[in-house]
Amino acid sequence: MTVGLFLTQVLNGLQLGVLLFLLAAGLTLVFGIMNFVNLAHGSLYMMGAYFAATVFDRTGSFVLAGLIGIPATLLLGVIVERVALMRLYNRDHLDQVLATFGLILFFNELVRIIWGPASVYMNAPAALSGTVELFGLRYPSYRFAIIGVGLAVGLALYFLIHRTRIGMLIRAGATHPEIVSALGVNVRRLNTLVFGLGAALAGLAGLMAGPIVSVQSGMGEPILILTLVVIVTGGIGSIRGAFYGALIVGVVDTFGRAFLPTLLREFLERSLAQAAGPAIASMLIYVLMAVVLAIRPQGLFPVRHG
Amino acid sequence: MNSPTPGPQPVPHEAPPHSQRPVWRVTPSRLVAGLLLAALALVPVIAAAIGEPFYVTLFTRVVIFALAAVGLNLILGYGALVSFGHAMYIGIGAYAVGILAHHGVSNGWTQLAAALAVGAAVAVIIGLVCLRTSGMAFIMITLAFAQMFYFLCISLKQYGGDDGLTINARSDFGLFSLTSNTVLYYFAFILLIACLVVFQQLVHSRFGMVLRGCRSNERRMAALGFPTLRYKLTAYVISALVCVVAGALLANLAKFAAPSYMAWQASGDLIVMVVLGGMGTIVGPVAGAVALLIFEEILAGWTTHWMIVLGPMIVLIVLTAKKGLYGYLVDRDARRMASGGPGA
Repeated sequence: MTVGLFLTQVLNGLQLGVLLFLLAAGLTLVFGIMNFVNLAHGSLYMMGAYFAATVFDRTGSFVLAGLIGIPATLLLGVIVERVALMRLYNRDHLDQVLATFGLILFFNELVRIIWGPASVYMNAPAALSGTVELFGLRYPSYRFAIIGVGLAVGLALYFLIHRTRIGMLIRAGATHPEIVSALGVNVRRLNTLVFGLGAALAGLAGLMAGPIVSVQSGMGEPILILTLVVIVTGGIGSIRGAFYGALIVGVVDTFGRAFLPTLLREFLERSLAQAAGPAIASMLIYVLMAVVLAIRPQGLFPVRHG
Repeated sequence: MNSPTPGPQPVPHEAPPHSQRPVWRVTPSRLVAGLLLAALALVPVIAAAIGEPFYVTLFTRVVIFALAAVGLNLILGYGALVSFGHAMYIGIGAYAVGILAHHGVSNGWTQLAAALAVGAAVAVIIGLVCLRTSGMAFIMITLAFAQMFYFLCISLKQYGGDDGLTINARSDFGLFSLTSNTVLYYFAFILLIACLVVFQQLVHSRFGMVLRGCRSNERRMAALGFPTLRYKLTAYVISALVCVVAGALLANLAKFAAPSYMAWQASGDLIVMVVLGGMGTIVGPVAGAVALLIFEEILAGWTTHWMIVLGPMIVLIVLTAKKGLYGYLVDRDARRMASGGPGA
């Protein structure tokens, strides 16, 4: 195992981590403030990727894909919230899960009808199609860009939540919604705002992921389930938890897949290691989640009330 | 104001627990339940009469999923534990049959025993981890564990991996073999009836009372001295084992075990069946499974894009019909009895 390979995997893990963070941030915000779980968050990510891929296909401009794709996803999110989800805020979690499950089926089929069953491909922008040399290591600059965008969003969210009036309302709304409402804040508009923010982040994740994954129907669910693992590990409702949780899950998952099969070969028979390696690697983050829950049921970085 | 005796708690679906042995009456809900089960019992006869053997296969699937939904309902309806990962146990049952058949063991009893043993071990371990959480986190964790098993089965390259595992021969139970579709149907049907009878006793037993008590107010149950975790874990394991049996039957029906059996959509479908039929009613999940699978079959006959209809349908059901199809009848009967009975 060379240092270069190790560093590459660290970067891969970081890149998966920040993508997960973009999704986890929206999901955990919506959960924190509205006590609502939106399984259709993965569908918004998928729609964002499709919007961006379509615009990119027509215009060839990545910037334009982002400028149209992200607001389109935001708009879609707000429409879905106003039409269906708003009625579910006061219902129990079972109803929320079921209704958003229905929405996932709807969006997956809608995509198949509009864009067909085959995957849509999208290229990285020409300016970022090369590689960057870092400590004698060549790494695709587009993936660096993903890490950069993710970290920038993380910083911006921190600033938004902790340093602005809206952020103050979001924090207050998460813990004391009645009092915030009694003080004259339009909680309904605040909810829509938070939901829209989450949808826009999902759209951004879809845009950034477009060139490195195949854009297809059902692409939202595997990453949604990883996002749920992130949220549960990090602590439900906490942005800080979403950030660290996403990085931990991203790195652990990437390292498991990259190094576990080779590592097992040192201890086990070759054929056994070949069979068990990928199996254990794919289970690793769930085991991590189980261990975290067994020790700290609230997650690693729970929301601090008070 | 804490009164020492619990006040009139709203018990939504069942008759009040203190009524020892109420006069048994034919109510609309009981009539519908009886007709539904009688119709299911006659499916092979009718299918033979109209010369459509396909219906036996279709309804075997319905009965198998009804069994799984009844199992899930024990914790979902009576314990308010929303498991979004019960398809995992269907997968365990299916793979137990598939892997044993792959190695030449086609004895049904051995297969069932192995499936139940593995299922129980997995359910105890996963149940212990999941039940440390509640509410939203419980939903997410059960989903994540099911996903873990899904990926585990995909990585089992020697057992078909992504493509699944073909089973050459159906289970042989010595006295009877499941080779005939009719025998398989009645085997599944009898298991379903047995499960309904046992659950009817179970939810009205002391165990069922404690479980339903936890649903209403777990803290109070704990304060009364009940080890609530033990009760919930027992319910979780029983409910998982019913799904394991359903999975073993499903593998026999399709002669195939695939990772898709435990895909997260399958877990969602199970919950839809329970909610559609009526949570916390004994026969409700059966009605839900029949309604959902037949509806899917009809839609799929119309268009390949049937999910575009099913998805919004689920949203509508959630938004409008809270009690479910059968649950609505039970609820109406309970209200009538309450208004007609003394001192209600």
